[in-house]
Amino acid sequence: MRIVPLSCGEIAASPPRPGAASGNFRRNAPGVKPKGWLYPVVLSFLVATQLLLPKAAQAQERPYFVTYSQDMEEPGNLELETFNVAGNPRGGNAFIGSDIEAEYGMKTWWTTEFYLDGQATANDSAIFTGFRWENRFRPWLGEHHVNPVLYAEFEDTSADKTLREVVGHDGAPDFLDPNGVSRLDKEREMELKLILGSDVRGWNFSENFITEKNLQSGEPWEFGYAVGVSRPLQLAANAHECVLCREKFAAGAEIYGGLGTSDGFGTRRTSHYAGPTMNWTAPNGMTIGMSPQFGLNNYSVPFLFRFSVSYEIQEVFAHFHK
Amino acid sequence: MSTTLFATSNGAWLAKVPAREHERNNPYRDQPDAVLAGQRVFHDHCAHCHGEDAEGIKKHPSLRSARVQQQATDGDLHWLLTNGSMGSGMPSWAKLGDPQIWQVITYLKSLHPDQVAR
Repeated sequence: MRIVPLSCGEIAASPPRPGAASGNFRRNAPGVKPKGWLYPVVLSFLVATQLLLPKAAQAQERPYFVTYSQDMEEPGNLELETFNVAGNPRGGNAFIGSDIEAEYGMKTWWTTEFYLDGQATANDSAIFTGFRWENRFRPWLGEHHVNPVLYAEFEDTSADKTLREVVGHDGAPDFLDPNGVSRLDKEREMELKLILGSDVRGWNFSENFITEKNLQSGEPWEFGYAVGVSRPLQLAANAHECVLCREKFAAGAEIYGGLGTSDGFGTRRTSHYAGPTMNWTAPNGMTIGMSPQFGLNNYSVPFLFRFSVSYEIQEVFAHFHK
Repeated sequence: MSTTLFATSNGAWLAKVPAREHERNNPYRDQPDAVLAGQRVFHDHCAHCHGEDAEGIKKHPSLRSARVQQQATDGDLHWLLTNGSMGSGMPSWAKLGDPQIWQVITYLKSLHPDQVAR
């Protein structure tokens, strides 16, 4: 990868390279503060965690990337995750959006999660795009036919390309501005979700209803949805440990998109995506997920490839007490 | 919180189990492979609270007790694992799915002294 010094003016003047699939990530642009240190540090942390804290859970993760299920983090457990999405919008530059997440089970009915987001865009720059803090609450104890979870998130981001949710009129045009321009648009937002999840004969059905509000501007409430279905390839555990057996895989599909705003609810000028999803849990507890996802209309990025790595540490604070 | 903790560890949850759940049969009962599989699932998900030997750790109760081994039926334990006792820190394990829950119960019941002697 060639690192090219670039001024902010040059970024704004540089036309995006149509159809660019790869290219130089210009990291040193003044006004576009690179945070290249962030990912090596967090990656080192993940590796160190693997080496130092071998007692990990076999996570039984749902293979969703956008959809939330009713599952909560077990109390005292810490899950470290990275979610990534690569895309190539028409008339724009290829990008990778990434986040690093730390999810902690406060109570059986309360899970809290902190995210750091970043993105790299071909022919542009690699930047830190902000943070998010979410909390999920399960109001009904016990298991029901439909299990509701209430979700509240605060985010402070700009030029975000992680696509962790699609709301309002989010769409491919959002990806055409250079980072130097789009990061000027600060988004301090509150996001609320109603998550509904059901388990039926090993199948999980999850539906999310999303609303988001920019707290700084007079913009209207934005709406979106996400729906997922998944199932482990084998429900019963094997008598002996295995690596590539069906027990270690879960597969499914998800669909998500925007539903307009409080000024105009509906699907006009909204983007929608769908695709199959799959994950695999390694014997040491690390879960690796992937999903090719397809834009369902011309307002969407035509193709997204998502991948994730997660690792759960049981009773994380107990390790420090030893 | 201390009241609900006590309620779970003293077995008050047993009274909440519906009759239909109480009488459910374990399809994996006494199957040697299910004991081994259940032991794996127990190690992955349960041992950090209840101990590798299921004797319990701190506030988390022993699963070798007479209540679990004799008083509670397989159906009772299935109900507890599926629903959890969320107020007391016992999460729902519904996400494991019925087969793995039954396998864990098969393993737990194999810890009964009569089963071990067999």
